[in-house]
Order: sequence, then structure tokens, then C-alpha cells
Amino acid sequence: MSEPKGYLDMELLRFTTAGSVDDGKSTLIGRLLYDSKAIFEDQMELLEETSKQRGEEGVNLALLTDGLRSEREQGITIDVAYRYFATPKRKFIIADTPGHIQYTRNMVTGASTANLALLLVDARHGVIEQTKRHAFIASLLQIPHIAVCINKMDLVDHSEEAYNKIKANFENFSSKLEIKDVHFIPISALNGDNVVDRSAKMNWYEGSTLMHLLENIHIGSDHNHVDCRFPVQYVIRPQSAEHPDYRGYAGRVEGGVFKPGDDVTVLPSGFKSKIKSIDTFDGGVEEAFSPMSVCMTLEDDIDISRGDMLVRENNKPTIEQDVDVMICWMNDKSMIPRGKYTIRHTSQTARCIIKEVKYKMDINTLHRNEDDLEIGLNDIGRITIRTTKPLFFDSYRRNRNTGSIILINEATNETVAAGMII
Amino acid sequence: MSSYNLTHLKDLESEAIFILREVAAQFEKPVMLFSGGKDSIIMFHLARKAFHPGKIPFPLMHIDTGHNFTETIEFRDGLIKETGETLIVKYVQDSIDKGTAVEETGVNASRNGLQTVTLLESLEEGKYDCAMGGARRDEEKARAKERFFSHRDEFGQWDPKNQRPELWNIFNGRKKIGEHFRIFPISNWTEMDVWQYILYEKIELPSLYFSHKREVVNRNGVLLGKCNYIQIKDSEQWEERTIRCRTIGDMTCTGLSESDAGTIEEIIEEVASTRVTERGGRADDKRSEAAMEDRKKEGYF
Repeated sequence: MSEPKGYLDMELLRFTTAGSVDDGKSTLIGRLLYDSKAIFEDQMELLEETSKQRGEEGVNLALLTDGLRSEREQGITIDVAYRYFATPKRKFIIADTPGHIQYTRNMVTGASTANLALLLVDARHGVIEQTKRHAFIASLLQIPHIAVCINKMDLVDHSEEAYNKIKANFENFSSKLEIKDVHFIPISALNGDNVVDRSAKMNWYEGSTLMHLLENIHIGSDHNHVDCRFPVQYVIRPQSAEHPDYRGYAGRVEGGVFKPGDDVTVLPSGFKSKIKSIDTFDGGVEEAFSPMSVCMTLEDDIDISRGDMLVRENNKPTIEQDVDVMICWMNDKSMIPRGKYTIRHTSQTARCIIKEVKYKMDINTLHRNEDDLEIGLNDIGRITIRTTKPLFFDSYRRNRNTGSIILINEATNETVAAGMII
Repeated sequence: MSSYNLTHLKDLESEAIFILREVAAQFEKPVMLFSGGKDSIIMFHLARKAFHPGKIPFPLMHIDTGHNFTETIEFRDGLIKETGETLIVKYVQDSIDKGTAVEETGVNASRNGLQTVTLLESLEEGKYDCAMGGARRDEEKARAKERFFSHRDEFGQWDPKNQRPELWNIFNGRKKIGEHFRIFPISNWTEMDVWQYILYEKIELPSLYFSHKREVVNRNGVLLGKCNYIQIKDSEQWEERTIRCRTIGDMTCTGLSESDAGTIEEIIEEVASTRVTERGGRADDKRSEAAMEDRKKEGYF
């Protein structure tokens, strides 16, 4: 694009932060927001006033991230909160999640849409159980990039040894996980060292500051541009005088690149056709890739509806009714063995039965427990389900969009689980 | 930058279009709330994009307090005429006449809160199972925790502690009879994104958003525009200022900002350098720290 103004050409980075107040997470987020001028005067005044009312010294930046009154009263964060800031290079969306073990479901929620996970480690305490848990969830959710911020460096005399020791510890632990791209940054969120500006007190550190990393990390390859997947979301049929016979398949590209003229196969019917046009309000496009929302028309008149998927004949997803899933349980009521749930996957809805629980994961030790198979709130486990109709899926590792599912309790309609297809 | 990469505006646009299509697919009778403000104008624009070349498969609905800026109503009617889409107008006055809503009294009287009554009555009467709104998470901190798909019970209430988890881009719009959803397609947009998108897409807006001269009264630091619905105290007086609206709502609670910004480019510069939040001027949010949270629980937008 050759827009005259830089801000029309910015990228969007979604990241998630996990940690407790003690890690300095709120201070760090407060600093990122403050230094990028995303905190306003009236918000600051309100913070000062509230901090004073609560008898706290100085301004408590944690109050900025605690949105609901019940949270402020209890001094805890109970839900995922979304925050926004921008620099001249990028726009950022933070999914800020509480770090306690009972909030695994929130971390998973925040991680599900993130390009990057920001993990905080207290330099005095090093890699603790919570760090391992967060790293595990980041790897489970296949967050493409991880930034490990070793915070409170000011409390360990900005020591390179302390930093190296924590880095080695983390690497030792994470070698057991599937983490693709990890960066370590020694910071002091309180003093702003290596957050936006380079620290003069840690000249031994030659890497980038946190902000520099957030602004420059390459996210162009985070989407799958190889396997063509187009789940049909909605059929557009204007039946108007202007467009009497128009039949367009609206949806978002969830993988690969589609072009007019491409041969496509429709699942589940198996009918083949050719893409006639890829339409948008602003006219036809020559290419559509993830995560573009478009509307496709085909050369042939075939019956296609929501839940169908356009793919390439020589690169089809797995088409199966028995699906192996890593599941994170998100509801107070435990999973019912052999229970029936509604499953949502891309634009498909089906019913499924829990056929088998293979193991439950101890997320602190990574131990696979095959004896206690009750999957309750915040538990993570591997299960097999059987669906009422075939799903068209890829492994979550290969494609986060076509490899993810949710389960819904049919009596309460609540979303009870998030699943990653193995 | 790789060529297979969207700009942040295109990314947000694609996300919003996805949500709008999801609404059309998952609900039987959705309706889009339309106030005539920039956020609802953007949402309307995105809906036209989502269903092009078809028409938008749901109507718009304006909950009219009767205390609008004339410019808003003229703009609204012009937009509907030009695009041929469907608009339903519901009046707070009707709820007052029926006795289900009671007009506030006193010098700060506003019909803003009464909109909730009319909204819930209209949703029930029209049997709408989903109402889309242009609320954004960056506006206010209770909104920072709002879902895209926000479930409401049969009283229209929001239970912030019991929200459904929302993962990836899989949305769960299942509900029982009598319950409904509020859906916010532009949740992830910031005020700046909205303005940049308006510029990029060349979207027309009511003239109120641009700098003009108007008679105002300064009440506790909030500038309110002169109209018949605002009574001034003896200590107050109308004075002419050069202002523009950062948000547009009911005239009794829409704070005006002093500004010389007459073009979208100038507004973007102003937004970039401003140090007060968009809702900082809204008298309705100033009532208490948890004002928005309380109103939302009751069923406000």
C-alpha cells in the first residue's frame, strides 16, 4: 500500500499478559500505556483519587486494569480485560489476564487470539510454578512468540548472572514444550528500564527493549498461507432486480491463498468448481488470504450452505467423526464422561459425545495423570470425542483456526470447554 | 512487511464483518442499534460491506429520547434514504406516556437513562433476539471486559461475573427463549481507529463532529449545547464557544469540546494529542465511578 499517512499502514499485534500483581504486571502494562500516552488525564485523576481513598501511597496503576467494581473491592482481577495502545509503528491489543491457577480458563481465553505472550518473571524468585504454568499454556495454545520479561532487575543489582541463571532455567524447562520463538528481556517496569528506553544500568544486555520487540517482531507468518481453507459462514443471495441470480459464499479465509480461477472442492459434498470471483464492497480482489473476510462466487450452481468448506482437491483437511482433542475445561460443572455436548468448529455446529479421557495434565509438572480422569474447572486433559457428522479439520499445530473447537452445555447453553485438535 | 499481511484497519474491518455475518447466521431476528453517532455510522457502513451486494438482513433501530441534535436526525434520515436500508424509530416519550419510564426532574434531568426502558420494551415487543451496538472496549473500563457476544437474561441484565468465555473466533450465540444477546462488532476499535477508518473510507458524518460556533453552558466543567431541554441555574449563563462533539448522544448529557478541528485530518491530530478520554465529557458517566457498570447491568447499551 502506498498511503501518504503512516498510520493507515500500521500492523496490529495482539498479545496476552499473564501474571499476578506481585510480578509487577500491572505496573508494566501501566507503563506501556502511560509511555505510549494511552492513559488520559481524567483516568489518571480518577486513579489518584481512588488510590487516595483506599489509603495507598502514590498512584496504584493496578486500579487501571481492574475494571469491575467487584474486582476493585476485592483487589483482584477476575476476567480478561482488553486494553489498547498504539505507537507510530503498530497498534496493540492486550488481553490482560489474571495469573492465579484458578484462572487458567482466562489465560486460555486471552491466549487464543494472541500473536505473542508476555510472561513476567520476578528476578528475585526466578522461574516458579506460575511461570511454568504460563509457559505451558502459551505452548498449548501455540502462541507464535513469547517474550519473557525478567522484571525487578533493580532489586537484584541489575545483575547479569541473575538474568542468565533465570534464562537458563527457563530454557531448560521450555525445551520440553513446543515454543517456537522466545525472547528474554531484563527489565524494571517500575523504573522503566528496557521497557521503552534502553537501560543505562544493564549495558551487558545487547538485545532489544520490550517496546522495540513488540514493534518489530515479524508477525506476517503467523497465519497459515499454505493450506486453503474457506469455511462458508453465510450465503448472500440478494434476489434483487440488480442481482437476480447472485449467489455468494461469505466467510473468512482461514488458511491458504485463494484466487479467481482456482479449482476448489466443496466439503462435505465433494463437488468441484472454479472460483468465479472474490467480491468485496470495494470491488473484486485478485487474492484472498487469512484473515480476510470476503464473498466468493463459483462458476457452477451447486448447493452450498453454512458449515461447508471450500478447499483444494489435492490438499484437503482431515475429514473425521472421531477427533482427539486437548481440552481446557471452563465450567464449574465437571465434564460428564460419555456426556453429550454441542460442538462448534469453524462455521460448523454438531453434537458430540465424550468417548474417552486419555489423561489429565498436571500443568505444574507436565505429568500426565492417567488415574484421576475427572476433568473439572481449569483442568486440561486429552480426550476423544465422536461427532454426529464429520468435521473438516487440521491439527491445531498446523492451523489455529481450523484446529480449534468449543464445547457447549446443551442445557445451560454455556461455553464449557476450549479444545485444540491434536 | 509481507504482502500477505493486513493493515490494522483492514484487520479490524475483517473482524467486524466476520462478527456481523455471524450474527446474521446465528440469530433469528437481530436488530442493529443506531444512534446517529460516529460509532453506529461505522457499524452501519461495515454491515453494508458484510452483506454486499445484498441488503443488510436486519433493520436498524434508533431509541429516540426526543432530545436530539437536529443535525443527527437530519443526517440519520438522509443516510437511510440514500442507502434504502430499514430504520425503526422508538420513542422514549412513548414509555413515559405509558408510565413505564418516569422523567427525571431537576436541573440535571436527562432522558439518557430512560433509553434502557424503551430499548428493552422495544426488543421484547419486536421479539428481537439480538441487538448490535457500536460500543468499544476502550471507551470505559467496565466495557474493557465486555464480550463480542454478550449474553442477557430475560430481564436484559448483564452478569459481568458470569460471562461466557470467548475463544478464538468461535462465537456462542445459543440462548433460551426470552433471553437475548448484545453484540459489539467494533469492540476492538479505539477512538483513533474509528477516525482513521472514517478518513480511509471517506465516510460522511453529521456536521456536529466538526468545529462550529454554538451557545453553550459550562456545568461542572462539561459544556452543554443550548436547547429547550436544558434549564440553566441562576449562576449559569449561555455563552458562544467554538466547539465540536467528540461523542454524540442526548443533548442533555453530551459534553462538547472546544476545538478548531474542521476536517477529519485535524480531528485525528487532535485525538492524537488529546489528554482526556472520549467519555470524559459525558455527564452520564460522571455520576459515579461505577456508573457505566451499573447501567450496563440493568440493560443499557
